[in-house]
Amino acid sequence: MSWPTIKLEKRMPPPVWFQVLTPVIAVFISLLISAVFILILGKNPLIAFYYILKGSIGTWFAFKEMLVKAAPLILTGVAVAIAFIAKYWNIGAEGQLYAGALAATWIGMLNLPLPKPVYILLVITVGFIAGAIWSGIPGYLKAKLKVDDVVTTLLMNYIMIYTVSALLNGPWRNPVTMYPSSTPIAQNARFPIIIPRSRVHFGLIISLLAVLFMYFLVRKTKLGFEIRATGANPSAARFLGIDTIKSIIVISIISGGIAGLAGVGEVAGVHYHLISGLSPGYGYSGIIIAMLGRLNSIGVLLAAIYFAIIINGAQFMSITLNIPSYIATVIQGITLIVMLAMLLLFEYRIKIGRSK
Amino acid sequence: MEKEKIIEMRNIRKTFLNNVANNNINFVVYKGEIVSLLGENGAGKTTLMKILYGMYTKDSGEIFVNGRKVEINSPKDAIALGIGMVHQHFTLVRTLTVLENVILGLPSPKGINLDFDYARKRLEEIIQRYGLVVNPDAKIWQLSVGERQRVEIIKALYRNINVLILDEPTAVLTPQEVEELFKTLRIFKKEGKSIVFISHKLEEVMEISDRIVILRNGVVTGERRKEETNARELARLMVGREVIEVLREKTSVTKRSPLLKVKELKALNDKNLVALKGISFSVNKGEILGVAGVAGNGQRELEDVICGVRKPISGHIFLDNDEISGKSPKEIIRLGVGRIPEDRMESGLILDLPLYENLVIEFYDKPPFSKGMLIDYKNIKRFAQKLIKEYRIKTASIDVKTRTLSGGNLQKVILARVLSQSPKFIIASQPTRGLDVGAMEYIHEKLLEARNNGAGVLLISEDLHEVLNLSDRIMVMYEGEIMGIIDRSKEKVDIEELGLMMAGAKRRKVS
Repeated sequence: MSWPTIKLEKRMPPPVWFQVLTPVIAVFISLLISAVFILILGKNPLIAFYYILKGSIGTWFAFKEMLVKAAPLILTGVAVAIAFIAKYWNIGAEGQLYAGALAATWIGMLNLPLPKPVYILLVITVGFIAGAIWSGIPGYLKAKLKVDDVVTTLLMNYIMIYTVSALLNGPWRNPVTMYPSSTPIAQNARFPIIIPRSRVHFGLIISLLAVLFMYFLVRKTKLGFEIRATGANPSAARFLGIDTIKSIIVISIISGGIAGLAGVGEVAGVHYHLISGLSPGYGYSGIIIAMLGRLNSIGVLLAAIYFAIIINGAQFMSITLNIPSYIATVIQGITLIVMLAMLLLFEYRIKIGRSK
Repeated sequence: MEKEKIIEMRNIRKTFLNNVANNNINFVVYKGEIVSLLGENGAGKTTLMKILYGMYTKDSGEIFVNGRKVEINSPKDAIALGIGMVHQHFTLVRTLTVLENVILGLPSPKGINLDFDYARKRLEEIIQRYGLVVNPDAKIWQLSVGERQRVEIIKALYRNINVLILDEPTAVLTPQEVEELFKTLRIFKKEGKSIVFISHKLEEVMEISDRIVILRNGVVTGERRKEETNARELARLMVGREVIEVLREKTSVTKRSPLLKVKELKALNDKNLVALKGISFSVNKGEILGVAGVAGNGQRELEDVICGVRKPISGHIFLDNDEISGKSPKEIIRLGVGRIPEDRMESGLILDLPLYENLVIEFYDKPPFSKGMLIDYKNIKRFAQKLIKEYRIKTASIDVKTRTLSGGNLQKVILARVLSQSPKFIIASQPTRGLDVGAMEYIHEKLLEARNNGAGVLLISEDLHEVLNLSDRIMVMYEGEIMGIIDRSKEKVDIEELGLMMAGAKRRKVS
């Protein structure tokens, strides 16, 4: 009796231009697959895609809303991407986002007698630190004790999400409305609106700065070189004199901090108070965005915008065509799978043969 | 009475890329004998046996089992023919028990239910009969290395094998465990089973074997019955006569001053066994000290400790007056040690980074390559351009992924990086393994040049030609100890003696 065997064989990597095209191809393939689901629902996929575009960038109003959506996605995408470069598998951007939001809300609710710029800077700083701590703990555990970071970062999401939930249903519950949401933060702690008559807030500028920061970090700094070396081959990096433990701890702190900023933006720029549904999974989307963006700063920016389009557009499309808005989540998931499969096929070819 | 041939391998040939591992080898196993395959690392012993066990496919040749021509395409085929093999690296599931490991992969007589009662009975029978003491219900991770090896042997016996191949079985055992293993092997023999014993240790081979087949560089260099040979002859067959001394032109060392001093150095290997048993030696300025020895006798651990990636359990290493043992790689590099590691692909280079980064990776954080937190890539690239020209590194550009370079050029990258810092002391481990003659010559030249400029070099190599070619003194390591140091300014090298020392059969007083 013999079964056919499926083997993966290493191959030479494809040319660079093809690698740059991959995300585009991945997006295209994932849209094709998603079209099948839309067909199953009895709707015309082309019309559906048209409404997705119309509802996200088709009007000036929609475009501005898309930018509101893009801000946290860019931040979580950058946060995850710089972590992944060092092979610190930060699946915990969601929890770090909430940590940042929680800290920002706390400072914001204190109603400190501070001028607006100072108060905002304080909220940003505290939110960054909270996210940094929440990611630094698993980062430290990984670097020092080799504790599996996928497990710790993932599980720490739940600790943070339920902590927020407990606060909102307990001490922080709004005493006026009795809803599980905090009281609003101080006026001076709120981000300014940067495009008039819209919800586009200062958080978008922070997220663009984060993209610049990532480019600069990876391409120009010692730490950037150290995390690339650590990620590419940790044991060789150690042999060659790089302090891989330090690199992982430092990048875990920065990564978590940036994810925390996404939470700060949602509280100080959009909702002005803390709610338990603050993030519809921005942290998890950040993982897909980082992969789709090929851990490259500009790539992450584009991928985040693509996701903002899909998420907002699918919302509009589902209302118009009367199909579930979960189609947005489906497209995201398929995109990740297709992207991962393509990355695998870059390095390996599949060989099907008969076992001997 | 003519002895019964169980296995006959005829004209076996196997190549790996351009490397001939087995060059038309003939090998026979008779019923009820212990036959040893003796040879240095890379002689082709394991390859030959992996072909017999179905793990490698031969390029050409024939295999006969009990006089019948067979094709062995997998270990499963081999086991069906009564051939079992115990590898150097065990293939046990750590979290399962001994019993579970033994029956793993076998069809059960009860269909999908495992018949543990029957298996236990048979297992205990085997344990009893051969004195292979191990608790059937112990989990593998709880067992010592010696016990794990017994489980591997039991596994083979459970599958009713007649020929048992043991690949360097004593490498991981204590002397008492070796005695027990030998007892077990003698019981096998009495029962008419045959054993193929792969080893490079002369004493053991002389103790246990009936017949010894010696391999060197993929060919059989001799076959002797135990009674008709001695350790000296075997050593010669193993190492080879044709290793002639090719002394290069060298500026002679006028006065020796010790540069690197190793004192009572003890270190463990990855399996937590003592791999360096308190060795002491020194390397002088302007000399190459070659370390000869079969791999796995502590050379790797010595390299690791000097390079800063393995902490010794005791002892010291001084470079001039600086203690370097226990220091980090970075500190050691800064103190003037140039490191050419054995594993150039996985330690010496980060293949996925661009070439220019690999050329500075050991000192990217020093000026002029960086300022404060920033890296100055302009200076790095200028430096990299200079190095690839100076060391004739063949590459499309300095921007390519390092992975795209050929083996010889990869080694040149390491060499260029190390020598560009004019190190006081260089450790080079297997610096030319797998390289073509051109690259090899070049690297030898450069090492000699460094020596002539006053650097001390510790050259660890399995290639005796290389050691003889380059070294001012030769140090032989065996089982974590120094068997002797031959000072070539005072005496000629006696190849036979060298072979005996490498195989652990002779020891000199080390002054």
